[in-house]
Amino acid sequence: MSAVTLTGFGWRHAGRGAWAVRGVDLRIEAGERVLLLGPSGAGKSTLLAALAGLLPEDSGEQEGTVEIDGLDPRKARERVGIVFQDPQTQLVMARSGDDVAFGLENRGVPPAEIWPRVDAALHRVGFPYPRDRPTAALSGGEQQRLALAGVLALRPSLLLLDEPTANLDPAGAALIRGAIAGALDADTTCVLVEHRVADALELVDRVVVLEPGGGVVADGVPGAVFAAHGAALAEAGVWVPGHPVPPRPARAAAGEVLLTADRLGLPPRLAATDLAVRAGEALAVLGPNGAGKSTLALLLGGLLKPGSGTVRGGSALAGADAGVPPHRWKAPALARRIGSVFQDPEQQFLTGSVFDELALGPRRTGEPEPVVKSRVDELLERLRLGRLAGANPYTLSGGEARRLSVATALATAPRLLICDEPTFGQDRRTWQELVDLFADLRDDGHAIVCVTHDPEFVAALTDRRLVLGAP
Amino acid sequence: MIALEPVADPRAPLARRNPVAKLAAALLFSFALVVTVDPVAPAIAIAMELALLPLFGVRYGMLLRRTWPLLIGAVGVMVAMVLFAAERDGPVLLSAGPLVVTSGVLMTTLGLVLRMFAVALPGVIVFATTDATDLADALIQNVRAPARFAIGALAAFRLVPLLGQEWQMISMARRARGVEAGRNPVAKLKLFVSTAFALLVGAIRRGSRLAVAMDARGFDAGTPRTVARRQHFTAADAALIAGALLLAAIALGVSIRLGTFQLIW
Repeated sequence: MSAVTLTGFGWRHAGRGAWAVRGVDLRIEAGERVLLLGPSGAGKSTLLAALAGLLPEDSGEQEGTVEIDGLDPRKARERVGIVFQDPQTQLVMARSGDDVAFGLENRGVPPAEIWPRVDAALHRVGFPYPRDRPTAALSGGEQQRLALAGVLALRPSLLLLDEPTANLDPAGAALIRGAIAGALDADTTCVLVEHRVADALELVDRVVVLEPGGGVVADGVPGAVFAAHGAALAEAGVWVPGHPVPPRPARAAAGEVLLTADRLGLPPRLAATDLAVRAGEALAVLGPNGAGKSTLALLLGGLLKPGSGTVRGGSALAGADAGVPPHRWKAPALARRIGSVFQDPEQQFLTGSVFDELALGPRRTGEPEPVVKSRVDELLERLRLGRLAGANPYTLSGGEARRLSVATALATAPRLLICDEPTFGQDRRTWQELVDLFADLRDDGHAIVCVTHDPEFVAALTDRRLVLGAP
Repeated sequence: MIALEPVADPRAPLARRNPVAKLAAALLFSFALVVTVDPVAPAIAIAMELALLPLFGVRYGMLLRRTWPLLIGAVGVMVAMVLFAAERDGPVLLSAGPLVVTSGVLMTTLGLVLRMFAVALPGVIVFATTDATDLADALIQNVRAPARFAIGALAAFRLVPLLGQEWQMISMARRARGVEAGRNPVAKLKLFVSTAFALLVGAIRRGSRLAVAMDARGFDAGTPRTVARRQHFTAADAALIAGALLLAAIALGVSIRLGTFQLIW
């Protein structure tokens, strides 16, 4: 049973001008389940880190107070457990059971109690494998369940969940939500951060909304908060139930064929697939984890050599290279024809500023400097990045990094754009901007191929679906 | 990761020994052999190592697969020594133009190559029969290594296989942006350096996220740690170390007896 009290709380990371979170007054009673909402940049993750005692005093500047049962959170760490977004960087040990035991060892739990508690925690999250299952052999959803078990084994009285399903496909996310619902007992206080509100509502009885730099702007039972603030929250980028996004279907029929895949495959990652991509269409590639969707995107993007079958560019896309498979095209020619956006934006960044990042492609493909400048300015404007032109790409927020990675692919004006999970973990505002941007491109005669797990995105944008089978 | 996991039969009598004991035995045995440059002692040592292999549950084919890079290295050493060794004493065996091969050159080369194998094999055997988690546990429990170091290294180790995939993704992401070295060696080098840098940046970011997650689960928070998996150091483990010393002494003894022993310095 833990209660949380924040009074005028604020935190500024060392070396930053702006406060990550500021002016928060909030009291959470023992046993409450709270959903913490707010647009990107409202400081939700910083607030959770403060509650978990993970902000060392010398790593920034604090305002006001934060207390757990009257204690500084740094001294109450044994009462608090936290689950983060990325399962890959939460698991410590090579075997599943050892990973759950890791926290118990650290807390000095007597050896005789460790394994019974490990088994109990694994059982509570519905972990389907024996203890010696290698953690590397688990899917993302299973890894995240294991991470949850590792935290629950420590019996925290305050459980913090920082977007625990953001990196998972819908099936994995449902598994985690089920595990959380089953694992919470009546006297565990829980604070959850989650973009996708509708999915999280079953887990909480109270909603608290933060505003960037403005503290708590709404607080109460979910129904009342959404009735009073739903429209404003949706506008600010929060996924509020009952505020659907307008779809953007194609206005014209698809045009000439840009790219054809014939029995294209790469065993064992992708089974033979047939596909034609036409100008003026948006195609969704769907299928369960492991079906080879990302591999297909890389093959179509000319980044991987096919293991079997062929990819060919139509003359409208490839010009003189129409007979040559895309993976043999020279990189600048490829960049002018096909833009690829990867799942992790950071893997694509090459330079020290947002401006240079956007200018890189056009410069590489030999555009004169005035053209480069005007194209970069247009993209900065269109993707709301103008204010950040001088910023280092690695310091951007998730939404900004996603917008930049899409913009860099567009900078060389390719006719075909291939995106891998472009809407993963994005707030409603960036999501809407991406839909509008892709729809505009499609209506201008570009082709868009999106690998995605996001049913709303598929419904709002795409005209055609390719469903890959389970491996 | 596959190459780092134990591949031997874990029930074999010597594979079951305490990881620290195996490591100590391997180190002592290898160090003893470093002191001589003659071919006899390492040849005896290799014979001993190969004879003991079944007791470690390691199959000969597996050992060959693990050590083939070493074999290539050995060929390289042989060629270089035969061509360029400074001391060319002893009777001439072969003379072709500037190439003069003497028995002295052959003996030194043979000694060097055999020593390379004799010293490397114990390490290969230890890592083929030892699980990384067990090694970290034993280091903490049996030789009082700091958990901060042993568990930290173990956790970092787990992220290593990701680096290969990451490298491939970064290279592909660059090609998609129009960046490719082509055949120009200078551009290739520049691209290699910048890809390595991006990899390093990513690794540091992942590492620090992992460190925060470990921190949140109470790692290194000052509470005395307990252990979930006990590692025992028994008389059999002590015997393994003593046995390694004895075998090394025999190999060196025979070499001294035959008069081939020659101190390295």
